[in-house]
Amino acid sequence: MNSSVIVFPGSNCDRDIAVALEKSKFKNKMVWHKENELPKSDLIVIPGGFSYGDYLRSGAIAAKSNILKEVVKASKKGCLILGVCNGFQILIETGLLKGALLRNQNLRFLSKDVYLKVLNNENKFCNKYKSNELIKLNIAHNEGNYFTDQKHLESLEEKNLIAFKYCDKKGDILNDSNPNGSLNNIAGIFNEEKNILGMMPHPERMIEDILTNQDGMKLFNSLFN
Amino acid sequence: MKITKEIINKHGLKNDEFKKIKELLNREPNFLELGIFSAMWNEHCSYKSSKIHLKTLPVKNKNVIQGPGENAGVIDIGGNDAIIFKIESHNHPSFIEPYQGAATGVGGILRDVFTMGARPIALLNSIHFGDVKNKKTKTLLNGVVSGIGGYGNCVGIPTVAGETKFHKTYNENILVNAMAVGHAKKDKIFYSKAKGINKSVVYVGSKTGRDGIHGASMASAEFDENSEEKKPTVQVGDPFTEKLLMEACLELMKDNSIISIQDMGAAGLTSSSVEMAFKGDLGLELNLDKVPCREENMTPYEMMLSESQERMLIILEDGKEDKAKKIFDKWDLDFVVIGKTTDTKNLILKFHNEVVANLPIAALSSNAPQYERKWKEKKLPIKNIKIKDFKKIKFDSAFFKVISSPNFSNKKWITEQYDQMVMCDTVQKSGADSSIIRIHGKKKAIAVAVDSSAIYCKSHPFSGGKQIVCENWRNLISVGAMPIAITNCLNFGNPEDPKIMGEFAECIKGIKSACEFLNYPVVSGNVSFYNGTNNKNIYPTPVIGGVGLINELKDPVKNNFQKEGSLILSIGKNFGHLTQSALFLEVFNYDDGPPPEANLLNERNNGENILKLIENNFINSIHDISSGGLIVTLAEMSINSSLGVKIKKPKSLSNLFEFFFSEDQGRYCIEIDKEKYDNVKKILQENNIFHEIIGVVQRDNFELEKELKISINDLYKINNEWYYNY
Repeated sequence: MNSSVIVFPGSNCDRDIAVALEKSKFKNKMVWHKENELPKSDLIVIPGGFSYGDYLRSGAIAAKSNILKEVVKASKKGCLILGVCNGFQILIETGLLKGALLRNQNLRFLSKDVYLKVLNNENKFCNKYKSNELIKLNIAHNEGNYFTDQKHLESLEEKNLIAFKYCDKKGDILNDSNPNGSLNNIAGIFNEEKNILGMMPHPERMIEDILTNQDGMKLFNSLFN
Repeated sequence: MKITKEIINKHGLKNDEFKKIKELLNREPNFLELGIFSAMWNEHCSYKSSKIHLKTLPVKNKNVIQGPGENAGVIDIGGNDAIIFKIESHNHPSFIEPYQGAATGVGGILRDVFTMGARPIALLNSIHFGDVKNKKTKTLLNGVVSGIGGYGNCVGIPTVAGETKFHKTYNENILVNAMAVGHAKKDKIFYSKAKGINKSVVYVGSKTGRDGIHGASMASAEFDENSEEKKPTVQVGDPFTEKLLMEACLELMKDNSIISIQDMGAAGLTSSSVEMAFKGDLGLELNLDKVPCREENMTPYEMMLSESQERMLIILEDGKEDKAKKIFDKWDLDFVVIGKTTDTKNLILKFHNEVVANLPIAALSSNAPQYERKWKEKKLPIKNIKIKDFKKIKFDSAFFKVISSPNFSNKKWITEQYDQMVMCDTVQKSGADSSIIRIHGKKKAIAVAVDSSAIYCKSHPFSGGKQIVCENWRNLISVGAMPIAITNCLNFGNPEDPKIMGEFAECIKGIKSACEFLNYPVVSGNVSFYNGTNNKNIYPTPVIGGVGLINELKDPVKNNFQKEGSLILSIGKNFGHLTQSALFLEVFNYDDGPPPEANLLNERNNGENILKLIENNFINSIHDISSGGLIVTLAEMSINSSLGVKIKKPKSLSNLFEFFFSEDQGRYCIEIDKEKYDNVKKILQENNIFHEIIGVVQRDNFELEKELKISINDLYKINNEWYYNY
């Protein structure tokens, strides 16, 4: 399978994602933001970082770049799209995912390992996880506080479009286990077709036992089959 | 403009220094030239008070590729891999404008490292603040921490280790020292020495603005009550541009286009051009009309003295301009040929078709003043007060007081603001004695740590200088790394005061003796004098940043307890030294008496054998014993695991406080399996290393027979609550 990682000026998790994709056997290409064409891709990843220095608003400028128009087109054709951290913010800014990512509740950059519950494993991204599996990933962001209107929030819950929620080490989804103030402890969401996933935690940081664990690897292995 | 006495003084130049300038030029300098001299001759750039002392430091061992004198130091870590690293201060700017001051400190040190061809792989910092009750401290602390994080997080370099300390000596002069570590290929290291005549001198990066004009001169003067007015001299950082500049430079470095490269740090365009020309024994001619400016009508004076960030000067091989420009265009950065190298050995500046400055390079650099300043020795304080002399206090309340104090409380609230994992090679994050960074795609790794002990240095600078090198060396050993070399950031008061100069001279002597004995040379560094306000100088605070090598990275040894029932040993002799200890300072508020003495022979012997024990997998977990003593070491090993200890009452020293709070040097605490004890004991005894069995690892509770019992959860809370109530 072929994957593409979009690189913006200021992306800084592009290499990390590429390592994870190659580890799960994807044939990966890096695609510069000024390109007008995408290589043949089964999966497009928008990596974390500070695209355009987070100027204006995180992800806002990247959403207007040449290549993003192509990404939007590909998504309509059913191509799988993963946005991690700044990538999630960009997907929100393009409108491919709904809602907003506000500043963290404590108004500080927050980098730590967090526990997550996998709420939906019947999709291309999470099929190697067990239902309700408890995993640990790393977060590192300033604006990860997911917000949306009540109606949309209800529909996310009803349609099972929430991929991950922050929880404690026992798996309980509590206020205390919410690191950034996200509504309903949301850490990642799908679009209705479930070919797009945006998530704040970094799965590419959890692919080796010597560094951490391999909880993120299952996501990449789910995508490759 | 007529150069008056007032103008000269405003430029921080002394009258006799101005006289020397006139002699060197055989004429009076014009205003621009005076500005250039002031930028090059200030303490920060010229090292005029420190040079003769710095020269005495050891700078070589078999691993050193480049010692001091370049943008950063370079060491060989085997194969085609080199590590490039340096630490630098940004104290004055951070006090005036904490966020930008700290951020640009990080930016500057990153450029020093990637200028030489290295991709930065780790950031560290040592930050010192005033008393927590001082009303400025909280704002400064929050600003500095978010500035450090804001810059490093955005560029995408993990901030992996550091130290944060509080003491009233820094009330009016905080310290912000940032260290960067990069990885390069040994055959692709770039230096600042210019070579060849008529080569293009290229300006790349951000445009030049009016920020930071005379920043280096500000950093070379003491503060007074009007320091706030210096805000415009603080530079403003843009980590996004830094990231682009870094990627563009590293891309250009892939082939052979660059002759030499130098970042525009302190004293901006002036010092970068002078340095390159001086090292190459060449001249440089710059056309200032070409300098990309952010603001209108900038004068040559402003262009030459601006400290706008994220800029570089490059000397290119012939015919490489177009190819190089393409790379910088891709990254949306300015790329302008602003001059050429010449054989005149002069710095010639042109503006609107006129020569506006013409100065011999040597006058600005090698002829800069050097001072052998007077200094006074500090005698070892003899007052050696005993614990018995103080009012009785319960053991557990003393312990709780220490671990809940700002200096000893958990610093997670800081480290959680730093991205420690980006680049996915952080094997050991902050919180251990050292952090471990894997070389990308390889089996080997480096360990990095940064340390200071101003309290000891104040009490006796020689002992303190020696001790802090030892502690840093020990911290690398404790994660199983072979220490290789250090960088140092020497933060001191006013060098014109013989007492302060004495603190400097003797700390250097101490550093030298430890570095020589441990084969642990200094490869880069920075001196920051004039740390003080209104004649009140800070404590002498040399900060040591060390790098060690782990050749074959396996599962790294842990720093927290691993197994219920395993034995806990203390390694190294405990003499019960308590003066200058955390116990005396935090609990009894007593700061007289000598610091503990670092015995270099024991330090090396203990360290080398600890390394052997780690390599042979005898050790489950390990932590060095330093500030706070054995009890703090044990507490830290517990807090980060769910396991506690059952400590036996010691037999060797009668007094509990002396046993558990003493800060004698060269010691470690290790956890081993019971069945391995005989083997470990044999190795230790064969090498004449003293050890004691302290207790065993147990579940849930931290316990000392009849004196202290607390659950790990409560211990964690006590250790963490300070900041959350601050």
